[in-house]
Amino acid sequence: MIVDIGIIALKAFLVLFMVLNLAGVLGWIERKGSALMQDRIGANRASILGFAGMGLINTLVADPIKFLTKEDFIPPRGDKFLHTLAPCMALFPALVTFAVIPFGDTLQIGERVINLQVANLNIGILYVFAMGSLGVYGIVIGAWASNNKFSLLGGVRGSAQMISYEVAMGLSVIGILMVYGTLELQEIARGQGTLIREFLPESWRFLKSAIGWLPAWGIFLQPLAFLLFFTAAVAETKRVPFDLPEGESEIVAGYHVEYSGGKFLMFFAGEFAEIVTAAALMTTLFFGGWQVPYLLRDGFHFPWGASWLLPHLAVVLLQVGAFAVKVVFFCWLQILLRWSVPRFRYDQVMRLGWKMLLPLALFNVIVTALVIVAVQ
Amino acid sequence: MTSSMMIFYLLAALLVLSSLMVVFQRNVVHCAMALVAALFLIAILFVTLQAAMVGVLQILVYAGAIMVLFLFVIMLLNPTALEPRRGLSWGFGMLVALLLAGALAALVSHNEAPADPFAATELFGAPESLAKSLFTDFVLPFEIASVLLLIAIVGAVVLAKREHN
Repeated sequence: MIVDIGIIALKAFLVLFMVLNLAGVLGWIERKGSALMQDRIGANRASILGFAGMGLINTLVADPIKFLTKEDFIPPRGDKFLHTLAPCMALFPALVTFAVIPFGDTLQIGERVINLQVANLNIGILYVFAMGSLGVYGIVIGAWASNNKFSLLGGVRGSAQMISYEVAMGLSVIGILMVYGTLELQEIARGQGTLIREFLPESWRFLKSAIGWLPAWGIFLQPLAFLLFFTAAVAETKRVPFDLPEGESEIVAGYHVEYSGGKFLMFFAGEFAEIVTAAALMTTLFFGGWQVPYLLRDGFHFPWGASWLLPHLAVVLLQVGAFAVKVVFFCWLQILLRWSVPRFRYDQVMRLGWKMLLPLALFNVIVTALVIVAVQ
Repeated sequence: MTSSMMIFYLLAALLVLSSLMVVFQRNVVHCAMALVAALFLIAILFVTLQAAMVGVLQILVYAGAIMVLFLFVIMLLNPTALEPRRGLSWGFGMLVALLLAGALAALVSHNEAPADPFAATELFGAPESLAKSLFTDFVLPFEIASVLLLIAIVGAVVLAKREHN
């Protein structure tokens, strides 16, 4: 009993520790990476005994100290309580969503089998969307409590944008749920461990020999859904090209214009935690989660017949490592995107969400249903 | 007292507190946020009753969508702190509250709590069993409800797009 609780607490601690630290490192990648892309030097002012570490000291030591020691300003005519609550509400959903994301298969130590996932809920993906839908309160309440017209505009923009893209995001994963037949993220990750040929009927010989050797990852079975999900997820994180709620050239800094110090740091960390969560969801739903191609429980089994057996611990480490590498890759992709494209206009954001992503997601659901019926 | 009872009483106390705040707060945004908290607590209550699906839908639909719409309207219309309203609506509200309290009291005093509230099957409240009953036994009410919602959406669009001559 106590050991069970201890294991769950350890898993929760590990996941939060990794997400928050990755969020911090992403801050460094964002600043130094953008400098690289724009042919600038970037953060290089702070150093300890002459050691600047490519801006690491600047972004991971100096910046947090600066944030935490700054004056915490609350607008005198704003709402003190809600102004303080809002950053917490912005950070909370991004962190708790990770509870249902599996970062590995089961780990067996002696008799004990540990599921490498904090909480195995039978509603899985619905929990992710439920928590994601709470994320909008952080910006709406923060915007309102600041008693500032710019922040209120940002809050209104943000809530309309997030609600719109939630619809498209939810519908884009329906295809994945239909293919793997479950809401549980661990089961979806396990379902991606087979090869595509097991999803195809006997009579489709040509397709079977042509693409049957590919792992049955979501990206191969639901390519359109991935594009829709990726777009909607980037819009949900409110980053360029969807950073209308902030839009510093139009409304100063949008919903967090009146935030300083530690509370601003919480909005900032919340945004990076959302990037990590979005990357983990992309990995789990479309890129096999913790799966390494052709790696089964006892080692590699290649489609041409060769196999290479590995001990259990090595398999688990490879799987957890693969999950980490994929998540970092998608975080990097989102940061790359932020520094590559200009901001949309607001009507373009709404048109993209409602008139393009939503019909395409519905189209994807219908096509998936037809293909599933044809295959059976 | 078992741990599940303790969790229930804690949740119930917080729920009553936040519900009272919905009614007694003067600031409308505070009322709305208290309602969000109440809905969230009800969702947790559902989860403790082995109905995680209902709990998550509660958050997704009520806390995550409907209340955001409420807040949106409040923020756009920006009402000042509400004046205390007496008179007809106050009396009517009291009447409805008393009727509800009477009905609840009758219900609670006549019904004995089941011996084992957790006597539920493995699939109780799971998405599979919910989907099965929705698409077999209750498919007609389900379809009627969805058509009703569609009509409401079309009606809202028509009202919003009507040209003023």
